[in-house]
Amino acid sequence: MVDLSVKLAGVELKNPIIPASGTFGFGREYAELYDLNILGSFSWKGTTAESRTGNPQPRIAETESGMLNAVGLQNPGIDAVIAEELPHIREIFQGPVIANIGGFSLEEYAENCRKLADAEQVKLIEVNISCPNVHQGGQNFGSGPRSAAEVTRAVKAAARQPVFMKLSPNVTDIAEIARACAGEGADGICLINTMLGMRIDLRTKRPLLANRTGGLSGPAVFPVALRMVWDVYEAVDIPIIGCGGVSSAETAAEMMLAGASAVEVGAANLRDPFACKKIIEDLPGVCERLGAMKLSELTGGAH
Amino acid sequence: MRQALFTLEHVRRLTADTCELSLSGDTSAFTAPGQFVNIQLPGKFLRRPVSVCDWTDSSLLLLVKEAGEGTRELVRMEPGTGLDLLTGLGNGFDMDLAGDAPILAGGGIGAAPLYGLARRLLARGATPVAVLGFRAKEDAFYLEEFAALGCPVYTATEDGSLGEKGFVTGLLEKRPERRYVCACGPLPMLRAVHSLPHLTGGQFSFEARMGCGFGACVGCTVPVRDGLKRICKDGPILYKEEILW
Repeated sequence: MVDLSVKLAGVELKNPIIPASGTFGFGREYAELYDLNILGSFSWKGTTAESRTGNPQPRIAETESGMLNAVGLQNPGIDAVIAEELPHIREIFQGPVIANIGGFSLEEYAENCRKLADAEQVKLIEVNISCPNVHQGGQNFGSGPRSAAEVTRAVKAAARQPVFMKLSPNVTDIAEIARACAGEGADGICLINTMLGMRIDLRTKRPLLANRTGGLSGPAVFPVALRMVWDVYEAVDIPIIGCGGVSSAETAAEMMLAGASAVEVGAANLRDPFACKKIIEDLPGVCERLGAMKLSELTGGAH
Repeated sequence: MRQALFTLEHVRRLTADTCELSLSGDTSAFTAPGQFVNIQLPGKFLRRPVSVCDWTDSSLLLLVKEAGEGTRELVRMEPGTGLDLLTGLGNGFDMDLAGDAPILAGGGIGAAPLYGLARRLLARGATPVAVLGFRAKEDAFYLEEFAALGCPVYTATEDGSLGEKGFVTGLLEKRPERRYVCACGPLPMLRAVHSLPHLTGGQFSFEARMGCGFGACVGCTVPVRDGLKRICKDGPILYKEEILW
């Protein structure tokens, strides 16, 4: 019997598989299909202080082995999430929940964390400093080590739960940014968010997405995500959630061997709503093939 | 919603770019005409949403327009091919609200869901009329099928090669006593139909570029009168009074 359990900053997950923020909503749609309690955790849809309608249509484009999205942080706002979604989550999932929060100022990030202090089921906060689809004065806190550090300091001062900083791959040196977050006391790092991309509609000769650009996800980004997880594992001593293009138990195992303690599954859920369930079912077999009786032993094993 | 493996039984070419696909499989998740399926295709990351033309307990009828590589490959698959479908997606038409004498307005491939709707409306004693618009005579399809149901069908073509010259809006205006519309077609057509002053109510089936097709990614969200709706989950049918252009 393989032990699939892992630990993230003191929080025990029954297995490392976590549906990634933005691909799982608040769990409602998937709860119609399978018992969510098989999941290690799930990261809810990125939530900001105010409700957001997101970007105009079209927001989705297909690519080779992946997709672009330009949803633009559509969400009902933190107060509505706490009042309406959180009670519903308790009915469909009893495990630890990861609250993904976004923000447009240091104070907004901090305030979102404070509001989650009483949310018993929220065991980790994932701080999105890397959404490529929102434009607020050109600001993207994840684009440099100094701004990433400032957000980390602000959320650490405000949050009751451990905080994981979710990093952007659209940077020159992701290890430097991870170090900056760790230096301000981040409890962990989640990477990667989507990669900035675009497509052009040959019929109109114009960008296909109304937002012009969108975030690339899916198997196409897996090797990039894996390399970045490797680099960050070399750079910091805090736990890593690996995210980006994972679509099978094998690619999840690769993420862990590169340094991830847990693994988020994103776009794969949209293609196959049972993707996480299948990965969890396949993990013990993959572990046995790798000669590991405890899945967590894989973390960093390739270094 | 249900994930189910279907078998492609038969492909019949209707026009140069449109085919009728018959499939067999578990259709228990369908609850209303106007719902859609999301089809996984080999080598394609995202599924292809396709409106349901009609279904029985064990069979599914789809009309597919070749819009790109994915749909081109789909209509060229061999009978016997297995297809992974998400079924019973979307809200579908509300036949109670459609009433006893709705007019069904289809533009091009938008005729597809109106066929299953017409059949079910007739079965419950309603008397629908269909008005279908196509570019030209050679693009028209399913006219005999609608007629065979016992649903009167009128046609407009842009070049006048079949039926009246013009658009489906002209056919609607000629039947002002029909004040409730169920419409499916390209966006400009839906918008033109929506603006007709004699229509007091209606249901409009929208297309969108979708990520998942079941409401999780919110990729296809549009603003409506009272907030936001996901075309895939809260639609594809939106109601006349809530639609914002």
